[in-house]
Amino acid sequence: MNYEKYLSKTVMEIPPSGIRKFFDVADKDKEVISLGVGEPDFNTPWCASEAGIKSIQKGMTHYTSNSGLPALREQIAKYLKARFDVEYEAEKEIFITVGASEAIYLALRAILNDGDEVIVPEPSYVSYCPSVIMCGGKAVPAKCYVEDEFRLTAKNLEEAITPKTKALILPYPNNPTGAIMPRKSLEEIAKVVKKHDILVLSDEIYCEMTYGGARHTSFAEIEGMKERTVLINGFSKAFAMTGWRVGYACAPNEIFKQMLKIHQYIIMCASTNSQYAALSALKGGFEDDFAEIKAMVDEYDMRRRFLVKRLNGMGLTCFEPKGAFYVFPCVKCTGMNGEEFANKLLQESKVAVVPGNAFGESGKDFVRISYAYSLSSLKKAMDKIEEFVKKYKKN
Amino acid sequence: MDNFDNKILKVLKDDSRFTAEQVADIVGLSAKDVQKRIKDMEDAGIIAKYTALCNTEKLSEDIVTALIEVKVTPQMSSGFDAIARDVYQFEEVKAVYLMSGAYDLCITVEGKNLREVSRFVSEKLSTMRDIISTATHFILKKYKTEGVILDDEDIEQQRQVIL
Repeated sequence: MNYEKYLSKTVMEIPPSGIRKFFDVADKDKEVISLGVGEPDFNTPWCASEAGIKSIQKGMTHYTSNSGLPALREQIAKYLKARFDVEYEAEKEIFITVGASEAIYLALRAILNDGDEVIVPEPSYVSYCPSVIMCGGKAVPAKCYVEDEFRLTAKNLEEAITPKTKALILPYPNNPTGAIMPRKSLEEIAKVVKKHDILVLSDEIYCEMTYGGARHTSFAEIEGMKERTVLINGFSKAFAMTGWRVGYACAPNEIFKQMLKIHQYIIMCASTNSQYAALSALKGGFEDDFAEIKAMVDEYDMRRRFLVKRLNGMGLTCFEPKGAFYVFPCVKCTGMNGEEFANKLLQESKVAVVPGNAFGESGKDFVRISYAYSLSSLKKAMDKIEEFVKKYKKN
Repeated sequence: MDNFDNKILKVLKDDSRFTAEQVADIVGLSAKDVQKRIKDMEDAGIIAKYTALCNTEKLSEDIVTALIEVKVTPQMSSGFDAIARDVYQFEEVKAVYLMSGAYDLCITVEGKNLREVSRFVSEKLSTMRDIISTATHFILKKYKTEGVILDDEDIEQQRQVIL
C-alpha cells in the first residue's frame, strides 16, 4: 500500500528528530555517561506526590473543568504575582495544559493562519519550528550569537520581521544555551514588537532556574506587553514534575478563549491527579517561601560553576550561562563540528552530549551539556571529555 | 561555620576527591580560601576523616556486622560517658551511640565471623561492670549504607533524553 497518498503532506515534511537515533545508541550502553537529559534529577516535592496519591485514594479520578481546577488556577495567579510580579485573572486568563508543550501548540494554533510567519530565536528548543509548521505557519529563525551571550537582540529580531510576521517565540531562560534576557534587553525587544504590531509567545518554563543573583523578568511584566503576550509556563522544571505533565497558559481573554476551545476538543482537561499534585506543590511552596526551589537552584549553581570552569579550562570555550540547566560550549578547537564531536565522544569516551545543530543551524559548532546530574558524575564525565579534547585539540 | 563551609562539606561528603581548586570553582571562592577553610575544619575536628566506603558484600573476606542494644547502669558523676568510653576502646567496636528509648547504648561491632562477634559479646562486653543486658542483632544484608545504595538489583529509573 502506498501510504504516502494517505498521509498529511505537512506532517510528512517535518524532519524526524535526528537526535533520537543518537541517544538510542547511548541509552543502550550501560557504560555511557549521558549528559543529555533535559529534566531535573531532583525528586518531585513529597507533598505534591502525596497529594497526587491521596487524590486517587479519595476517588478524584474524573475530569476537571476544561480549564483546570479553579483552586490550582488561583494558586498559579498568586504564584505569578508573588514571584514575578505579573497579574493574571485566574478565571479568565489562566488555564491548565498537559505540560508547557501543549500550551505552545495551542497558542500557535489559535493565532496562525496559513502562511503566517513566526520568528523563532536560534538555537532553541526543538519543538517550536515543527509546531509552527503543523499549525500552517512558517518558522523564521532569528539567529542569536555567543558574542551577545545568545540573547535575542532588537536588531536581529527586526531583520527577521516581514509583513507576514504574526508572532515571536521568546524562549528565555533558554534551552540549550542557558541564556537569559535581562529587563533592558526585553524592553528593547518590546519596542520592536510594538512597532511591528506582533504577538509574543513567552516560554518561561525555566523561570526559576536563574543564577548569580539575576532573577527572571517575565515578558508580560514589560510595560504594554501583557496585552500581546501569551505566557507559557509549567511545573516540570521548577517543581521537578516532568512526568506529571502539568503546564499552563496565561493570555488575554480573547486569545485565552480560542486556545481553550482547542484544548477542550482535543484534550478535555489535564490529568486530574497531576493537577492536585501541582496544587499541593504551590501550596507547599508558599508555606516555606519556596525553600525547595532555592535548594535546587543552589545545587544547580554549584554544578554550573564547576562545568563552566572545567570546559573553559580544557579549551571548549563557553560563555557563563545564567539560566536553565545547560552549558553550551563551542567545540571548534577540536577541528570538529558539534555533531562529529558528539559522535566521536560517544564512541571513544562513552560520554553522550547533544550536538548543537539539533537546536538549529547556528548551534552547529556547539554541544549541549546538561547539568541535571550529580557533581560526582559530572566530574567523571569532565575528566573523560578533557582527555578526549587533549587528543584532538588543534593549536 | 557559614554557608560556604556548609557547601564545601556538602561537596566533600559526596566525593572527597574533589581538589580544593575544583571545590573553589563549585562554591565560588578562591582556591586559597577553600584550602584554609578545609584545613580549619580538619583542625576543629569537623572533618574527622577521609575514607573509602566499601561494599562489604563484594569484599573477598567476609565481614560480620552486629548491632548490639545495651542497657547500662548510669554512674553518679559521669552518667553514660564513662561506660561508653570503656566500650569504644575495643577495636572490634565500630560505633557507639547513646540512644533514647528502650535501651541505652547502640553498638556496632565487626568481626570475621559469627563466632568472633559472639565471643566479643559474651566475654568482653556483657562481663563489663554496669552493663545490665545486651541484645545482639546480626546484619544479614546491607541494601543502603551512608546514603549509598549497594543493591545491584536496584532498577535505576531510565531517564529519557527529551530535548
